[in-house]
This record gives sequence, C-alpha cells and structure tokens, in this order.
Amino acid sequence: MTASKESESLAPGGGGLAFWVVGFILLVAMPLLNVLPPEDSWLHLSDFSLNRFGKFLAFAILALGLDLIWGYTGILSLGQGVFFGLGAYCMGMHMMLTIGKESVYGSDLPDFMVWNQVKELPFFWKPFYSFPAAVIGAMLVPMLFALVFGFFAFRSRIKGVYFAIITQALALAAWLVFNRNDTNLGGTNGLTDFKQLIGYRLSDPGTQRVLYIVTVLCLGGAYLLCRWIIRSRAGRVLVAVRDSEQRVTFSGYTPANYKLFVFVVAAALAGLAGMLYAPQVGIITPAQIGVLPSLEMVIWVAVGGRASLAGAVLGAVSVNYGRSILTNYFPELWPFILGGLFVVVVLLFPDGLIGIMRKMKERMRTGKAAAASEGKR
Amino acid sequence: MTEQKSFQNSIIYLDAVTVDYDGFKALNQLTFMVNYKELRVVIGPNGAGKTTLLDVICGKTKPAAGRVVFGQDKELIGKQADEIVKLGIGRKFQAPSIYGNLTVWENLDLSLKRNSKGVFPTLLGKSTAEERERIAQNLETINLKDYAYTRAGSLSHGQKQWLEIGMVILLEPSLLLVDEPVAGMTDKETEQTGQLLQSLAEHRAIVVIEHDMDFVRQIARIVTVLHEGTVICEGTVEKVQADDRVREIYLGRQKVAH
Repeated sequence: MTASKESESLAPGGGGLAFWVVGFILLVAMPLLNVLPPEDSWLHLSDFSLNRFGKFLAFAILALGLDLIWGYTGILSLGQGVFFGLGAYCMGMHMMLTIGKESVYGSDLPDFMVWNQVKELPFFWKPFYSFPAAVIGAMLVPMLFALVFGFFAFRSRIKGVYFAIITQALALAAWLVFNRNDTNLGGTNGLTDFKQLIGYRLSDPGTQRVLYIVTVLCLGGAYLLCRWIIRSRAGRVLVAVRDSEQRVTFSGYTPANYKLFVFVVAAALAGLAGMLYAPQVGIITPAQIGVLPSLEMVIWVAVGGRASLAGAVLGAVSVNYGRSILTNYFPELWPFILGGLFVVVVLLFPDGLIGIMRKMKERMRTGKAAAASEGKR
Repeated sequence: MTEQKSFQNSIIYLDAVTVDYDGFKALNQLTFMVNYKELRVVIGPNGAGKTTLLDVICGKTKPAAGRVVFGQDKELIGKQADEIVKLGIGRKFQAPSIYGNLTVWENLDLSLKRNSKGVFPTLLGKSTAEERERIAQNLETINLKDYAYTRAGSLSHGQKQWLEIGMVILLEPSLLLVDEPVAGMTDKETEQTGQLLQSLAEHRAIVVIEHDMDFVRQIARIVTVLHEGTVICEGTVEKVQADDRVREIYLGRQKVAH
C-alpha cells in the first residue's frame, strides 16, 4: 500500500505505454518508411523529411530542459539559445577541422580563416580535432557557462522578470560576440560546408539516417532523465520553489542551489540539442543563437504545455513543423503567426496542446454529463 | 524583579534590537525573552513591529543593532534563514504559504526534518516507513487525514493554515513562530487551532502573534504588548488588559492629551 501512496502524486504519472509507442514510431517505423518503400510509394518518407524531423527532435531535447526550468521551477530563461549555440559550435568546430584539404582554398585551416587572413589555428580550436572532445565539450561548455552565470544570478536573488531580462541580455551579448570576425568563429556566416563526421560523409543519406536515430535515442534518454528528476523528491522541491520559494527556504532548503542545478541540466540538454543540430542541418550561424531564437524556444514550450514533458516535445515538434510549412507559403508572416500563437496560447490555453488533449480525454471519459454541464456554462 | 537580565533559561533572547527601515524604526531597542516550552502571545496595534520581531528571529530581516541569542549561546544575527531553520526555529507565515501544486502529502513530505536537504541527497532520497508514519500522524494532528492526496491549492483557507502549521511541526522546531494563525478562520476552526497550539506547546516554545482577543484569552499565559517597536507591557491577560498604557494605545491617543 505504501507504494501506491508514493504514486498518488500530482507529478506526471503513467505515460508508459505512450512512451514506448512514440519511441517505436520514431526509432523504428520512421527510418523503415525511409528505407523500405520505393520512392514513388505514398508510404515513402523522403530523406529530406526524415532529416527535417531529426532537426525537430533535436529541438525537442532543448525544450525538455527549458520545461524543467520554466515549466516546473517557474524560472523564465530567455537565453537557452546561447547554450544551444555553444553545443552546436563545439560540434561545428570539430567538423570544420575535419574538412581538411577539401575546403575551397585547399588549406588545413577553415575557409573563413583563410579569408580573414588568420595564419595559425587559434588555441581554443585545437582540442576540437578530437571527436570525443567535441562531444564532451558540446555539453560541458554550456554546463560550465550556466554554472558560473547561474551561480552569480541566483546567489544575488535575481528572479522573475529580472532573470528573464538578464538572460535575454546574455543572448544578445552572445550573438554579438559570435558575429564578430575576430572571435574566429566564422562571424555572421557561422560554420558550414561540413563534409564528414568520424569518417562518414554527411551528404550520404545513410549517415543522416544514423544521425536521426542517434537524435531519437538522445531524446529518449533526455526524457527519461527529466522524468526521473521530476518524480524524485528534488523534482517536488522544484515545483515548491515555483509555488512558494519563501516556504522552501523556511523548510530548510536552499532554493538557489536547486535553481542552479536545474539551470545547468537545462544548459546541458540545450548543448546536446545543438550538437545534434549542427551535423543534420549542416550550418550553424549566430542567427540561430540570439534573442529571437531563444524567444521561439519559450514559445515551443508554451504551445506544447508547460510543466508537461510530453508537452515540451510536442510543442517543439509541432511549432517547428508549422514553421517549415508556413514559411514556404508566407515567409514574411511567420513572426506574426508565431507572436499571435503565443498570445492565443497564453490567453486561451494556458496548458497548451497537452492541456487541450487532457480536456478532450476527460470529456470523452465523463461523456454526456460533462458535455451538458459544459453547455450550461 | 522577575525579569532577570540573564538569559540562562530562555530559548530566545533579543537584546536591544533595532530594525531601521530608512529612518522608520520598526523595532526600537527591543528586549524580548521567551522561556523553554512557553506559549507566548504578542499583541499590538498595526505597525507595532510584531511581524518584524518574527522576521528578525528567523533571519528574514537583518537588524541594525542588538543581539539575538537562541538557546544558551547561538547568535542568530548574520545567519541565513535556512541555517536558522536547521538550528530548530520554525516559522508559520501570516498568509498561508504552502505548495499549491503539490498534494497535502507531498507538502508534508518536503517539510520533514532530514539530515540533508541538499540537491543530490534530495534527488536520490526515498521515504522510509518511519517517515511515512510520521506524516500519517501529522495528518491526524492537523485534521487533514482525508485530504492527503488532495492538491493543496484546493484546500479551504483554514485547512491551508493548518497544513502550514503541520509542515512547520514536521521540522521539529524547539521554537515555533506563528503569525496570526486564525485570521480568516471560522469560530470552530479558531477554537481547534487554539487547542492545537496548546498541545504543541507541551513540547516546545511557541510565539504567537494575534489580533483576535478572544483567541488570545483562550490560549495565552503571558502576553507581550508591542507598540512602536518596543515592549510596553508584559504579563497575564488580566494584567495587560488593566494596564493604562495598553488602554491608551488601543483606545486612541486623545486620552494622552489630558
């Protein structure tokens, strides 16, 4: 009986079956639809579609982290793009170095350095010759950055809208730094023209398929990690911080440490997302890491449903899918659509898509009685 | 005469504490002492410094001058709020301060006294049978047995007050600070709260701030009257009510003019 007591929690329960079904579709069914049916079959999933979906799933990893810090702990970070960018650039630098003599100028140095007349590889590029160093760096660099930034911010009791503003300033600062040519990170053009990853050609659909599968596995791992955190007692402390930080302090906890922990975890997940993004998309520029992309990330979580891990994934995938469809037809309108979407969600559907789905489920369960009482309202 | 200046027997001793909010002295050279296992009620008009007094003890407000000694020799000034909690001082706030999105059970579980409340021990921590037993007992004490798995945010106002008292008790404080526990409660709830506080006082010292004089009469043994940041009278309810200065303060200042 005691076990059931523990499960009588408001933390997300169940979802076990859905997790395996979605996992199967993403991990097995989609790659098979890409490989097996002939190209003219309606069942065929094109290389382009699979690759694009891999990008959305990388974004979903970031959204999970953002949901931990914003949805559960109530701290709005408008700087997640920075951590995403750090991860993407770490992997991008590795891929730049493996281009070697295939580059346009035929130099061992990345093209943009030849163009900028840099004669020698800057010291901070050197560790990225190693693939393991790039993978570790893509998560460790954002984590360390979040640790230092978060330490000072949370220790100084910066919270609420003030935290949102300084993280936005951080995003702007990072954008400016990455844009500069003398930072030696490719300036406005960023890093691109990647050829290979650990010996596999990135132009080969097979390589992209493997990258897709790795992304799905990372997303599954990130989801399980977040779920474990949320269901632990520490996860309840996070919700408690959102509900009444004062009471958390006067129950003997140090809220700043919990905030720092969750901020670092979110940064690691953002870095992982960036690391998976760069080889699949083939380019990373400052435009993906500044103020606007960081805001978009918040909208993914808001649309999907705050304080729901499934909601964060759903939001990241659906908003980005919508974006890739709509920008084909009305590219200029996208910012307005996105902004409008945010306003509608905040005003009408505070629990996002997941909230709507839950309501529909409830309504189906309670049947006509609910429908009748709903009609009276 | 009974008022010794030693604090050998006191659980909390404030010596000439001053709190200055930009020139306004919320506490002015306040000296205040509570003994072990004493139930003390603090009354006073609005702005007398009652809540500030509790804020100073629990580390929420830093005084400009004075000493605050907990137990025999623990100086509290300069300590962080969470350190003071670990020393054994629990605080119940005026407005119920609970975790609305967690169940009543989870609220209590987070409040239990534990060896470490750091991030990693909490992340890995599992409830023991003994801890669950203590939460179950606590639920009986605060009359919320039937609401263990209810979202705390959907409780009534009085139930929230009790929940917060229950949360503070689970910290096993030797000094409990309670700020206006019966504000907004029905008469029956008020009486039950009084009984609860009296039974809690058998094992620990409690300082209660209250406005409701009926409630004060129900629970008080010794009452301290604060006015403009200092103690103006201390004694039994009868003594305090008979005191001329107390009457002046509560009935208005016009009498002073005579």
